[in-house]
Amino acid sequence: MNNPKKDLLGIENLARKEIYQYLDLANNFVEVLERPIPIVPSLRGKTILTLFFEPSTRTQLSFSIAAKRLSADVVSFSRATSSVSKGETLLDTAKNIEAMKVDGVVVRHSAAGAAKYLAERLGAFVINAGDGSHEHPTQALLDLMTMKHHFSNFKDLKVLIVGDIAHSRVARSNIFGLKTLNAKVAICAPPTMIPLEIEKVGIDVFSNLDDVIGDFDVVMVLRIQLERQASGLFPSTREYRTLYGLTKERVLKMKANSIIMHPGPTNRGVEIDPDVADSNKSVILEQVKNGVAIRMAILFIHAGGKIE
Amino acid sequence: MGESEIRRALVRIVHEILEKNKGIKKLGLIGIKRRGDFIARRLAERIQESEGVKIPIGALDITLYRDDLQLVSETPIIEGTDIPFNINKKVIILVDDVLYTGRTIRAAIEEILDFGRPKAIQLVVLVDRGHRELPIQADFIGKKVPTAKNEIVDVFIKEFDGKDSVVLHYYKKGKDKVRKRRRKSRIKLHTEPKPKIKQLTITDIDKSK
Repeated sequence: MNNPKKDLLGIENLARKEIYQYLDLANNFVEVLERPIPIVPSLRGKTILTLFFEPSTRTQLSFSIAAKRLSADVVSFSRATSSVSKGETLLDTAKNIEAMKVDGVVVRHSAAGAAKYLAERLGAFVINAGDGSHEHPTQALLDLMTMKHHFSNFKDLKVLIVGDIAHSRVARSNIFGLKTLNAKVAICAPPTMIPLEIEKVGIDVFSNLDDVIGDFDVVMVLRIQLERQASGLFPSTREYRTLYGLTKERVLKMKANSIIMHPGPTNRGVEIDPDVADSNKSVILEQVKNGVAIRMAILFIHAGGKIE
Repeated sequence: MGESEIRRALVRIVHEILEKNKGIKKLGLIGIKRRGDFIARRLAERIQESEGVKIPIGALDITLYRDDLQLVSETPIIEGTDIPFNINKKVIILVDDVLYTGRTIRAAIEEILDFGRPKAIQLVVLVDRGHRELPIQADFIGKKVPTAKNEIVDVFIKEFDGKDSVVLHYYKKGKDKVRKRRRKSRIKLHTEPKPKIKQLTITDIDKSK
């Protein structure tokens, strides 16, 4: 990428060419990850900070591993044991980071716009690992990469996203990315989980999963946030599974070469049945593998050089 | 170097490799992308013609191992590395088009060692132009071309550039203008095709001595 942007804050404003640059570069890192010594010295001497104000297993680990595979040093911040509990503001946290001169920050925060806030104040590059319900660009990029491995062409690719769309940054980022790449996106969810006026973005909306599941190349299932049951968005996990869960019967209706995706972690038996999650239509573990490769590509591009 | 000289040099190199290693046992070829890769494939073909056996071959992209990644302004394009054989205990014949500072070869050696432990690495280059910045040497050389630092050696490979040739030219200081290389002794110009750039042939260099 010529003159890459300093930060990766979201997919909404990424051009098609930029998305492809990440995807193509990531394929090289897939090869590196399969070597006997899956490490390259490209980011030696760089320090990456993972700044996670919200809990995460896979994203944080994925970024740590990606940075280490590039020979970078990784330091981690975990909210629970940090001074945030003493009331330190995000701004002060940022200023302290700046003073310690890390090269890059990967941040996850419950407030939308937190990544942008930091990016504007830090010389280090900032990668958004999820900001509230706004965006989760690295997840969308790894999802796009996985889709590309199975379908090679995004134009007219039919993608169905099932689940709590309204509260999902994964859904938002994927929708932005897929629209930029001219795929056909549709969503299926109970009415309580459908964002208002989403049809205006050019997306089909369905509430009956059985009617439409046979028309799609990719079915992406989102995690049901069980805490939302308490706020009345769905009556019970059993009812959710009956109407919207990806069961074996529903999978049998799917197209021949279609794939099932899930950003994880899965609630087995709620939004997806265990035997479906483990079936050969499911590419969930591929997504995780691709996640490391795409994050290596992202770190490589954003940590990359300038003429000195 | 013209097409026939390149061909003869490669034939000679293949014989030198087979002679030094007493045959093809334990040999593996690795070409450095992009042009070294094509040269390595030609060597593989000649070895197969000569010995009747295919030796394993791979291709290396050294971009991720460069020592100047912080100095390039654009994200480098990576073509990818493909080493489809086990390199442990093999004699690896590493192939590149031009040997200059030696930094590319240093990066290539480091990358190869991440794939395993070869018995030895021997280096083939089409052109050695001097000016080493690291203690690196070639074991098999197509042609040694003494150059000044402001001169440029361009290698063209048929599979990639449409023709086989090695061309030497230089830019005048401060201006992007190609000039004829001036030498005190008389040199016959190679007139076919009529280039603006002087193509040096083996006979020219010998005559000028």
